[in-house]
Amino acid sequence: MDMKRDYYEDIRLLDSGPQVFWLIALIAALALFPFLAGSYHIYTVNLMAIHVIVALGLNLLVGYTGQISLGHAGFFAIGAYATLALMQNLGLPFLIALPLGGFISAGFGFLLGLPALRLEGPYLAIATLGFGLTITQILGRLDFLGGHMGLQSPALNIFGWTVDSDAGRYAVIMPICLFLAWGLRNLTKTRVGRAFVAIRDSDIAAECIGVNLTYYKTLAFAVSAFYTGIGGGLMAFVLGFISPHTFNIMVSIMFLAMVVVGGLGSVLGSVMGAVLITWLQLELARIGELPYLGPLLTELSKQVFTVSGLPNVQYVVFGLIMVLIIIFEPLGLYGFWIRTKIYWRTWPF
Amino acid sequence: MAILDIDNLSMVFGGLTALDKVSLSLEKGSITAVIGPNGAGKTTLFNCITGLYKPSSGSVTFKGKRINGMKPYKIAALGLGRTFQNIELFNKMSTMDNLLLGRHLHMHTGIFSGSTFFRRGSRAAAEEIAHRQKVEEIIDFLDLQHARDRFVGGLPYGTQKVVELGRALATEPEVLLLDEPVAGMNMEEKQDLMIWLSDIKEELGITLLVIEHDMRLVMEISDEVMVLNYGEPIAQGKPEDVQNHPEVLKAYLGEDSVAGAA
Repeated sequence: MDMKRDYYEDIRLLDSGPQVFWLIALIAALALFPFLAGSYHIYTVNLMAIHVIVALGLNLLVGYTGQISLGHAGFFAIGAYATLALMQNLGLPFLIALPLGGFISAGFGFLLGLPALRLEGPYLAIATLGFGLTITQILGRLDFLGGHMGLQSPALNIFGWTVDSDAGRYAVIMPICLFLAWGLRNLTKTRVGRAFVAIRDSDIAAECIGVNLTYYKTLAFAVSAFYTGIGGGLMAFVLGFISPHTFNIMVSIMFLAMVVVGGLGSVLGSVMGAVLITWLQLELARIGELPYLGPLLTELSKQVFTVSGLPNVQYVVFGLIMVLIIIFEPLGLYGFWIRTKIYWRTWPF
Repeated sequence: MAILDIDNLSMVFGGLTALDKVSLSLEKGSITAVIGPNGAGKTTLFNCITGLYKPSSGSVTFKGKRINGMKPYKIAALGLGRTFQNIELFNKMSTMDNLLLGRHLHMHTGIFSGSTFFRRGSRAAAEEIAHRQKVEEIIDFLDLQHARDRFVGGLPYGTQKVVELGRALATEPEVLLLDEPVAGMNMEEKQDLMIWLSDIKEELGITLLVIEHDMRLVMEISDEVMVLNYGEPIAQGKPEDVQNHPEVLKAYLGEDSVAGAA
């Protein structure tokens, strides 16, 4: 059934006829989507696509290379601020400012990678957490970046076309997201990606077969920060306004949750985790509007969970869903996907 | 001239002398065994040669180049491979991917070409295909076909040891250090491994340095044996000479039994 005859089959994107079909179907659906959906739904998908980009970058670091980061909101902020500053202060066009913002973020990733050479596990978690917190503090004090007041995103111009609708932003974000996902998937199938995984599974053995740990660990941080920075640059335009508070510690934790819930060390898992968590965040914020259940939960949260009097039941439900997914499928959503695939392979027997 | 020359190598951890003035030279194409009781410093010796430890004094010269103090990946690039006592495989990868990692040094795909290939003829793809063929030769040589696409973490212990040997061979080393290659293997696997080791020496011309507790294997395959005890070399020479050396009997069996035997 799936006997391989050719080495190229190991690394090529599409393994079989059905996969070609599904990819074409997916691209067609994504292309038609902005014509069929309302503005709010397009906005939702834009957020999802940005989070997919970030989750891919973070998964490269955490899932593939085995280096934890609790500071990715810092790179997200650097990407967003750098893109806006390059456009406003230097007058660069968006299509140049965005990748430059990504590279600036990658530079910071490289710098954070240096102490990571000597730190592991919980120590690295604290170091990266400190990085994320420091970046927002520094940004709050830089007056030319708006300080605590934040920055207004300039008009988004691409070759004279002013992008001012959600559908327009979708047309910018989605191709970038697909391109970056494709790039990461390729990377994990070839030499550099394998070296990352080697570091995760046994850094001693990796060194002894010729993998330069210094180079590949810092490279993993840089690539991860590049993806996150690109995500940040795009986010500035979806939100229309950024301030240091946009990139708080919860953002870092959400990114990590996307990767863990989606599936560590999996491109598809990153996509699924980012989509699910973005959707949950948006939907659960409106949980109080549900018929019958909504008022009940709101009342419950007011009486039991809240300290300040604000309804916070959405966080409780969110946490519950995360815990359940991890308990029932430690491999995350990717694990569900693999099991479903195996189940249907032998269908209907 | 010796391909690997270890001269007066010492390694001190705090107050503990793990290696005390060890000297050893490996002739090209020979098999040398290092034996000794547990804690004698055998693995420490390997770690000093491969750059995981920086020796306290002495020197290691490989192909005429002093390598102590160099980073492990640079030493590996010069053509020195090794395996580990407690198997250090990349557990969540397939056997194929593990062996491909052995080809890391011989491949050149970087971050940009590796992430943007899109067809068979692209440089990264062409390189992947070429090196898969090379790895396939090693899979054939070590009879690993059944394990080819399986996760190495799920393979039996003996097979994992063979995969690790394969990964070291994939780096195309000139000198290969094997840390207890047959530990935990059954008779049949040991027999296979002995044949492979002599093939590696005869056909591939690789110089071997082997740590091993299995005396039958040591006596059968090695050209030269060195015995370590508490970090000190206590005997060195042909296997049959070392076997009856009084110091060696003392280290292994204790003072009294030697007196009793004599």
